[in-house]
Amino acid sequence: MAGLPPYASTGQRLWYWSFRAICVAILFFLIVPILVIIPLSFNAEDFFTFTKGMLALDPDAYSLKHYQDFFTNSDWQQALWNSVRIAPVATLIAVVLGTVAAIGLSQPHVPFRGAIMAILISPMIVPLIISAAGMYFFYSRLGIQGTYLGVVLAHAALGIPFVIITVTATLVGFDRSLVRAAANLGANPVRTFFKVQMPLILPGVISGALFAFITSFDEVVVVLFVGSAQQKTLPWQMFIGLREQISPTILAVATILVGISVLLLTTLELLRRRSEKLRGMSPG
Amino acid sequence: MCLAFAQDFGVVTACNRGKDMAAEPGEGAFVAFEHVQKSYDGETLVVKDLNLSIGKGEFLTMLGPSGSGKTTCLMMLAGFETATHGEIRLAGRPINNIPPHKRGIGMVFQNYALFPHMTVAENLAFPLEVRKMSRAERDAKVKRALDMVQMGAFGGRRPAQLSGGQQQRIALARALVFDPALVLMDEPLGALDKQLREHMQYEIKHLHESLGITVVYVTHDQSEALTMSDRVAVFNDGVIQQLADPPTLYERPDNSFVAQFIGENNKLHGRVTAIDNGRARVKLDDAAGEVNAMAVCCGAAGEQTMLSIRPERVIVGAGPEQNALAARVDELIYLGDHIRCRMNVAGRDDFIVKIPNSSAHAALRVGVETNVGWLTEDCRALDAA
Repeated sequence: MAGLPPYASTGQRLWYWSFRAICVAILFFLIVPILVIIPLSFNAEDFFTFTKGMLALDPDAYSLKHYQDFFTNSDWQQALWNSVRIAPVATLIAVVLGTVAAIGLSQPHVPFRGAIMAILISPMIVPLIISAAGMYFFYSRLGIQGTYLGVVLAHAALGIPFVIITVTATLVGFDRSLVRAAANLGANPVRTFFKVQMPLILPGVISGALFAFITSFDEVVVVLFVGSAQQKTLPWQMFIGLREQISPTILAVATILVGISVLLLTTLELLRRRSEKLRGMSPG
Repeated sequence: MCLAFAQDFGVVTACNRGKDMAAEPGEGAFVAFEHVQKSYDGETLVVKDLNLSIGKGEFLTMLGPSGSGKTTCLMMLAGFETATHGEIRLAGRPINNIPPHKRGIGMVFQNYALFPHMTVAENLAFPLEVRKMSRAERDAKVKRALDMVQMGAFGGRRPAQLSGGQQQRIALARALVFDPALVLMDEPLGALDKQLREHMQYEIKHLHESLGITVVYVTHDQSEALTMSDRVAVFNDGVIQQLADPPTLYERPDNSFVAQFIGENNKLHGRVTAIDNGRARVKLDDAAGEVNAMAVCCGAAGEQTMLSIRPERVIVGAGPEQNALAARVDELIYLGDHIRCRMNVAGRDDFIVKIPNSSAHAALRVGVETNVGWLTEDCRALDAA
């Protein structure tokens, strides 16, 4: 790290150190509330605070009972199962529609590109409660409110903007002459898409899919409106757990979710680096 | 003879022989453009009434400045642009309504367009897989194509790991690997350095000869066009200005655009006073004198004309029967094998003469007054554009 140059003025020195202090403070406030959950989830008592024993690192003050509760309690298991059933399907729909939309919107000859883009991205910008209320009334009319299909479609709609944005960003660097080259070599448009375009925009598609998945997996507002008791997802169950039972099991669940998120991100980053290396885009 | 075509659009009145030379595409034409027009916006024509027939096994170059319509013509042939009007035929079959992937035409792109996520061998195998070729046959063809461009050892590399010249070879191999009868090349050597470019010119030329394929090559580099082609179509303003083999193009340009665009050219302006038996008597501007030239594209007596004379055909110290004009040496540039001499002739100070560096030539010095002239056959009276 480059230090301060010898000619730095007092103001520059002051800023140099306060800048670092601000960065540390931001990271601290972002991460500590998440990290603090992890030791708390091993609490032997039904409290949300550190007990004396925990602070003294007494092994008896720690236990896995909240994890046990999560894996045995039928409410939690049902919620986990619902989330696992909803998120991947919603992600799949969002990825397919979002990718197709991004490719379509990247064609220069499409009219009203800006307006269409704005409409498609709006679920990300409009306050969630408004989307949720709108979907509630709309889906009731269609008769899919309170159904699995309704929740999946609602979550897909929330995930699409993320896919569009990430795929559009990847398409900016995509060389259109490759599509022409593929056509010239005899590949029909479908083959060209799957063999040439798709592999090259895959990093964007995958990060879009990740965002869409997390959106669905984390989402509580829309599912409260659109879903019914049969679609109670993990975040919904956590919300109830906080409001009604104040059960520390949600700490265990939160820890597990943090673990899953870290695992997903790490895997994706490794995959991305590997594919870049294969393509010779980055050295080593 | 003087050819002056009133174009359908009233824009171009330059002499161009491309039009009448290719007006009736022969039955044997492998590729034929017939009255092809192209407009992107519905108002201005990028390509104006193009008629061109290309023989089987021919190496034809489309040469012209940027915006002249040459690349558009190539893209129409490849199928990436549609002709607004007219018909394009390949081996006698109209291809206007055939999508690019069914045309079976090989193409080398300006930026190579190699698939970055595939190895070199996979890039070459791509067109063969599309054609559902067996694995053994595929491997054999890929190997043969790689050996053909001396890249046999690079099959496992990815395009990003190759130099520009190597990528160029791979692009060439990929365009040839599925044995197309017609290969299009869109300024394929533009990104290479001069030495490599010249080397690749010969290599492409030799490949063309040994494989017997038809090549349509687009470039804005005239020396490249002259080196490689059987025939060159010089494009300007959406019209073929001249379609001829390289020596004809250089030595007998049909109009002032071609004369200026191909090679170095001295121009002198004047007015035609008489035309007799294909020769024009021209009175130069500024009363510099009267000279003879071949009447190529000069209009009738009384009209303005531009005389074109190549720097190496100028005779220094010419006698009166050799169209002698008074000249003064302004600048001498020593180039080893020849000396470039910039002279002031007929009121213009950009008259260039190339003098071979041999003892037979008296050493000229700056400021010396002398005569320059030419054989009437070497000077062409063209349109005054």
